[in-house]
Amino acid sequence: MKLITAVIKPFKLDEVKAALETFGVRGMTVSEASGYGRQKGHTEVYRGAEYKVDLVPKLRIEVLVDGEDADDIIDVLVKAARTDKIGDGKVWAVPVDTVVRVRTGETGPDAL
Amino acid sequence: MTVDSGNTAWMLTSAALVLLMTPGLAFFYGGMSRAKSVLNMMMMSFVSIAVVGMVWVVYGYSLAFTSGGSLSSFIGGLGDWGLVGLETVATADDGTGIPQLVFVAFQATFAIITVALISGAVADRAKFGAWVLFTLVWVTLVYLPIAHWVWWSDGEEGGKAGWIFELGALDFAGGTVVHINAGVAALALVLVLGKRRGWPKDPMRPHNLPFVLLGAGLLWFGWFGFNAGSALSAGSTAAVAFINTIVATCAAAFAWIIVEKLRDGSSTTLGIASGIVAGLVAITPACAFVTPLGAIAIGLVAGAICAFAVGLKYKLGYDDSLDVVGVHMVGGIVGALLIGILATTAVNDAGADGLLAGGGLGLLGKQALAVVATLAYSFVVTWVIAKVIDLVMGFRIAEDDELAGIDRTAHAETAYDFGAVRAGSGATAAVGSAPVHDEAVRESQDETKEEVRG
Repeated sequence: MKLITAVIKPFKLDEVKAALETFGVRGMTVSEASGYGRQKGHTEVYRGAEYKVDLVPKLRIEVLVDGEDADDIIDVLVKAARTDKIGDGKVWAVPVDTVVRVRTGETGPDAL
Repeated sequence: MTVDSGNTAWMLTSAALVLLMTPGLAFFYGGMSRAKSVLNMMMMSFVSIAVVGMVWVVYGYSLAFTSGGSLSSFIGGLGDWGLVGLETVATADDGTGIPQLVFVAFQATFAIITVALISGAVADRAKFGAWVLFTLVWVTLVYLPIAHWVWWSDGEEGGKAGWIFELGALDFAGGTVVHINAGVAALALVLVLGKRRGWPKDPMRPHNLPFVLLGAGLLWFGWFGFNAGSALSAGSTAAVAFINTIVATCAAAFAWIIVEKLRDGSSTTLGIASGIVAGLVAITPACAFVTPLGAIAIGLVAGAICAFAVGLKYKLGYDDSLDVVGVHMVGGIVGALLIGILATTAVNDAGADGLLAGGGLGLLGKQALAVVATLAYSFVVTWVIAKVIDLVMGFRIAEDDELAGIDRTAHAETAYDFGAVRAGSGATAAVGSAPVHDEAVRESQDETKEEVRG
């Protein structure tokens, strides 16, 4: 099992969701995030005083998947999230030891 | 003189309008504060209403607006303390036929907002108890004398009056008494308190600009009572003050956003709100002495100058958090001095002719003297008051409290709760914020551990 984490542009959420559904991903956790990579932020001005806002708003998507599907899922996710402009985000995966479905107590791949 | 019901109705309305300015100011300042200190900022305005309202009735009105015998040039007497000597049927002695108590109420609202204006300079860091004490002492030692100097006369031909009134300097609705006074007091207070932690390095941007606009709108609305109400009657003097309060404000709002567009690249909502207030401040002393075209000139000059003046604190290194100095002191000075240029008796024969109306430079000299006297007296006395309070009880909250946010540490409240973690679930709320008995919590935790480990 793997945990895939994607940090993407907020307006790309629907496309990414649709792409993941084609691979049978039925659940995900989405949270609002801020951060920066190579993309610089923007500047705001209040009574002439400039404030550099370096942290850019993004969405962070987390999905738990079966290890065998992970590479394909990452592929479609990246295609769906891409705009070819700076600030498109990152996707990464890490191995997962244990997953439990709270309601039933199922563990491992059954719990996905 | 019998009671004039039309004038009385307008003055009752004006008193209510001016009282509303202080809650308006609370929104204006509160929106400019950070989210962690908005409640304290608004509280400083509201507590000014509470303290000064009582002071005014007990001794404030008497010291500001009655004869002080041989000291009459500088301060009133205590003859009318508690308003006990005022018959409800007594009318103001200027022939406007309003009950004296209506005049007392109207002037109370001026004293209240003057104190509240100062609070914008000390965002995030003033001990609340110290601020409450400051409002009491400051209104007594600074506001009452200056109001007496500028506005009090016994109405007799060749009678007694405050020394600035006698000098012939003009201040229709409080350019010196309210705005220059509060602005320079803010400067003195900031010099005693010092900068906020992290200023100017950390961004301290306004947390709610819609609040700022709401506040600016309420201030403008209330300001019609402030300026047109200062006529003390519902007639032609109120009319000219009213139209000038519209048009000078428009001009200043416009000038501020033009300066921003040229200097920063964008016109901003904070800019238009600030321009509105700068225009209102500048027209305050002049509103019944200049033509509407003169008012436009005052507005344009004040809007442009104040838009630059708010940057002074970065150059000079004092943390006037919400620009009380840059808007109220500077705007007040602009208005008070431009009276010397633009005033004309064609508008109001109770006024005087300035330079352009053929009155020479005499009036400008008198205006400058009134400005300098207000600046000097208010700055020195405010600095002493702040220093003494600082030595006696400390004027600043602890550094950790300031970083955590004064709302939580001084008032045991926070302004906003949008997060599900704190507000959403009953269970979290019960453990997280309700008073719980530690012992009971520990016992239930121990039981849970035993269950799990079998």
